[in-house]
Amino acid sequence: MSFIEFKKVSKTYGDQPVLDNINLSVKKGEFVTMVGASGCGKSTFLKMLSGQESASKGQCLLDGQPLTDEPSVDRGIVFQKYSVFPHLSVLDNVILGLEFAQSKLLARLFGKARAQAKEKAMNLLQRVGLHSAANKYPHELSGGMQQRLAIAQALIKEPKILLLDEPFGALDPGIRADMHQLILDLWQQTGTTIFMVTHDIGEGFYLGSRLLVFDKIRHDPMAPNAWGATITYDLKLNQANHGQLAKSGDSAQEHSLYNDIQHSVHATARVQDEAGPSIGISTGVGA
Amino acid sequence: MRRLINQRISRPLAFFLGALPFIIAILLYMAASTERLSDNPNDKLLPAFSTMGDTLLRMATEENKRSGDILLWVDTLASLERLAMGVGISATIALLFGLTLGALPLLRANLSPFTTAISMVPPMALLPVLFIVFGLGEVSKVVLIVIGITPYLIRELQSRVSELPTEQWIKAQTLGANSWQLMLRMVLPQMLPRLVDALRLSMGAAWLFLIAAEAIASTEGLGYRIFLVRRYMAMDVILPYVVWISLLAIISDQLLKQLNRKLFPWYQPQ
Repeated sequence: MSFIEFKKVSKTYGDQPVLDNINLSVKKGEFVTMVGASGCGKSTFLKMLSGQESASKGQCLLDGQPLTDEPSVDRGIVFQKYSVFPHLSVLDNVILGLEFAQSKLLARLFGKARAQAKEKAMNLLQRVGLHSAANKYPHELSGGMQQRLAIAQALIKEPKILLLDEPFGALDPGIRADMHQLILDLWQQTGTTIFMVTHDIGEGFYLGSRLLVFDKIRHDPMAPNAWGATITYDLKLNQANHGQLAKSGDSAQEHSLYNDIQHSVHATARVQDEAGPSIGISTGVGA
Repeated sequence: MRRLINQRISRPLAFFLGALPFIIAILLYMAASTERLSDNPNDKLLPAFSTMGDTLLRMATEENKRSGDILLWVDTLASLERLAMGVGISATIALLFGLTLGALPLLRANLSPFTTAISMVPPMALLPVLFIVFGLGEVSKVVLIVIGITPYLIRELQSRVSELPTEQWIKAQTLGANSWQLMLRMVLPQMLPRLVDALRLSMGAAWLFLIAAEAIASTEGLGYRIFLVRRYMAMDVILPYVVWISLLAIISDQLLKQLNRKLFPWYQPQ
């Protein structure tokens, strides 16, 4: 049985379709990367997974149950920014998830319970390489370290799914490579199912065990908003590829796919750009 | 030469430029005062600095013949007590309502139009009502401050709550927080420094309402005193009192600023 299933899912905002007819079935432990031009619904898709948005038509199932229409502990999330709480130290940011679960009234742990929570949190911080910064505030951390913290904070809840919304988009290239290694290591260690939105097609090929491309298959120049996007490519990726970008041409087939996808995504982006700002942005649909 | 908008001012120069208006104001006052006093040594409108100094010293050290009080300190204490009570009560109410209005759509739909309407009522117009309802005692003065600044504080906090990034709200929920826990651990602590900021901005209004209430009905207080001695045109009391009130306002503002820095090192206003 599939772990996550989307059956004929569509999403419209008002009368404007964003996603049309999404059918998808994901097994436990997959690392799904999602690419596409801005306004092609990959973030909307992620929001449906996280519970921020619900499908207009069709069914979204997790373990056979419909996804709840608000965020829950099943689904951890890391955003591009603002993922961590600025008023809590690194350690407290991670412990917070445990405090919510164990202390309903005060949402705070004391004494032995806190010591246990602290040990667990420090363990996790060690794994993401932040143990020496445990007592710092987020604003004292670099962008990469903040994202490490956000990942640790999400992982302490051992979520069934980890949702990553362009988590490395704002980082320097070198830091990005480190983060890629980190997320792959954590994925292999925890076996959690990951969905990740990225603008970088190479990153999508490199990290994912499966790549989804969101694109518009129908386009009417007279009515640029008339059609929503759907999944145009659904690729199983070669796991052996981890360790070098698909761009480098390790597998000829993946390389040509990479070029095809890049071409079509860029074409869609260009068409939308020429159509003016009415697409995506004005409706608040987001990238 | 650089454009005016790009000029950089060195520290000593900035200090000098900053001090200049103060010096000019003092010199102008001294010149005008000397001029008037040379015409008429009994002139009361612009007393000399020495006269004001003597009066202030007397009010700060000698007991009043009639009441046996040292007036400056009795007045200061009375005013600060009212101010502290008014501001403290306002802050508490604002925290409660600002937080819940900002975080809970149901309550916001229910109460937001009401708080907006209330905040439009000019508090001074309500002062007679307060005197009728609460009498001429301490309560009506404190209540005037509360009525005067609480609506602003509530609206300010409410909008600060709604400015918290959506990402944080989602994140807290994925960590398992219910609404109460979320408000307690995510919203409340982040609102405290913003409340202090809002208090700093509303201190001017708080002083205004305090002095207005004291001017109308009181038996001691800084506002009471300056309105009392107005009858004798005692500028040598009024002017030092005004300076003293301003000084207290500056000190309280700086204290709140330092409080924010000390208590909330993570807080960096944009």
